[in-house]
Amino acid sequence: MTNIAVVGEGTPPRDSGIFAVLRHARYILAENGITAFAFGLFLLIVVAALLGPHMVPYDPLASDTAAALKPPSLAHWGGTDQLGRDVFSRVVVATRLDFFIALASVALVFVMGGLAGVAAGFFGGWTDRVVSRIADTIMAFPLFVLAMGIVAALGNTVQNIVLATAIVNFPLYARIARTESNVLREAGFVHAARLCGNGELRILLGQVLPNIMPIMVVQMSLTMGYAILNAAGLSFIGLGVRPPTAEWGIMVAEGAAFMVSGEWWIAFFPGVALMIAVFCFNLLGDGLRDIVDPRRRT
Amino acid sequence: MLTMVGKRLLAAVPSLIGVIIVTFLLTRALPGDPAAYFAGPAATKEAIEQIRVQLGLDKPLYVQFARYVADLGRGNLGTSLTTGQPVAEELKTRLPASAELTLLGLIVSIAIAVPLGIVAATRPNSIVDHCCRVISTAGVSLPVFFTGLILVYAFYYLLGWAPAPLGRLDVFFSPPPQVTGFYLIDSLIAGNGELFVAALKQLILPALTLGIFSLAPIARMTRASMLAALASDFVRTARASGLTPFTIVVTYAFRNAMLPVITTLGMVFSFLLGANVLVEKVFAWPGIGSFAVEALIASDFAPLQGFVLTMAVMYVGLNLLIDILYGVIDPRVRIES
Repeated sequence: MTNIAVVGEGTPPRDSGIFAVLRHARYILAENGITAFAFGLFLLIVVAALLGPHMVPYDPLASDTAAALKPPSLAHWGGTDQLGRDVFSRVVVATRLDFFIALASVALVFVMGGLAGVAAGFFGGWTDRVVSRIADTIMAFPLFVLAMGIVAALGNTVQNIVLATAIVNFPLYARIARTESNVLREAGFVHAARLCGNGELRILLGQVLPNIMPIMVVQMSLTMGYAILNAAGLSFIGLGVRPPTAEWGIMVAEGAAFMVSGEWWIAFFPGVALMIAVFCFNLLGDGLRDIVDPRRRT
Repeated sequence: MLTMVGKRLLAAVPSLIGVIIVTFLLTRALPGDPAAYFAGPAATKEAIEQIRVQLGLDKPLYVQFARYVADLGRGNLGTSLTTGQPVAEELKTRLPASAELTLLGLIVSIAIAVPLGIVAATRPNSIVDHCCRVISTAGVSLPVFFTGLILVYAFYYLLGWAPAPLGRLDVFFSPPPQVTGFYLIDSLIAGNGELFVAALKQLILPALTLGIFSLAPIARMTRASMLAALASDFVRTARASGLTPFTIVVTYAFRNAMLPVITTLGMVFSFLLGANVLVEKVFAWPGIGSFAVEALIASDFAPLQGFVLTMAVMYVGLNLLIDILYGVIDPRVRIES
């Protein structure tokens, strides 16, 4: 496929190992400044997610009523909330949970939607009809509303937020995987593999699936931003994460009441963190897509 | 034309069936015993049993489903646990508030996105083009509830231009006599200009919030399809014939570029209806979204189920409308069917 060829163009000849990966990454970043910027933000988010609790100056749950509702200062970079908790520390610590929810849901739908879509496109027939029907039914709902319904029905937990976010993204992944594998079904190397005596399932998993990976990985990056927004939106209306856990959506919800009385910092910093994270993933996804599939560049 | 509309109507039927099955399954997926759940925490064993029979939960699943569909046919969406009111009634009285907000949000979004996309396409790589890209990327990146709060802080707290974000009308006003349920239209029918301005003031910020969130797909698609239209042969011919740039862009290119833009409206509505819930919470808007959020907090499932169903049915209807509109605008679609 052309997609693969395009990825290959900038890559040096096949040498394996970590150096090849790094060289390819350097090629991608040199090509596009905005993507490099987004990649820097991404690293920052990963560091905050991994080391957050060890980096922050205050305990994110420790309240100090004497220092409640203080505006940003040198001691409290993000100010303090109504219980005197340090907003900056809470925002940094929350990165792990928000990042985990988004990553887990995207990984889940990557497996579910990817496998279902590949099978639908490759086998056709009733597999295709079942998968397409499920995807159509999900698409018949406004996605956020369906996610609300799923979390409310299955129970108000973080796991169900992950599951609901994965389910509403299912049609997107299934459709892309289906289209791509439908094209590959007639590719020369698939016929060759069949002539060599490979079983259908083996061809599907060994030949078709690896070849649609680049497009699917781009899709993961593009939907990470949506997954973060979706999860934060659900916790904003009181689903999933519960106080006093530090999570961006719930922190914005807690700060909302103070916005009208002028204490802007409580909702502002978690909101900005959300925005940066989503912005970063959208830019990263756009950049990756341009490299993997230049035809869709807009 | 009529056959086309008929065909589109038929095509929407499977979606509707799917929607009804999913909303039915959502209640049956409730953790624990639904009968105990609907009976409330203080119920005795007999009361739970009675509710089980009353709700038909002792019957097999397909009988329950048939019952659910029959109830839907009679317009019965169950009863709210907290208020004791029928859910359908409550949704009906609250729907106009949500519809007015969503439609105005759509208008705002189109009013910003379409001109932006057109200008960006006529001057590729200019400042306007870059602005278009930044605005549309920022639009999808900003959490809609956060945009709303920032607007409230800026225009209510700092500048004092907007009224307090507390519902559809200031407490000093009483709503206009109900005709359409849309305060903007009803106040005009009543000839009350002051009331119209008051309702509009309450609407501006939430509608702007929705508009900013949903303009990205429209702006991107307008730009892309305008670029394609401007590069086409008929535009070159129009230019060669000496038509004014305005006529070329608006009459020739835009009319042809409109079709893909209308297709993206489906996605825009998915954004709008979902974001509606969050915006209603931020602005204490008395629509069906805040009704659902209140029900969620009280673990009251029947209103939520009714809400999800209403939203999905509206969404299917809107998509149908977009499909039909597509046929009206593009004669080729009509001929094919």
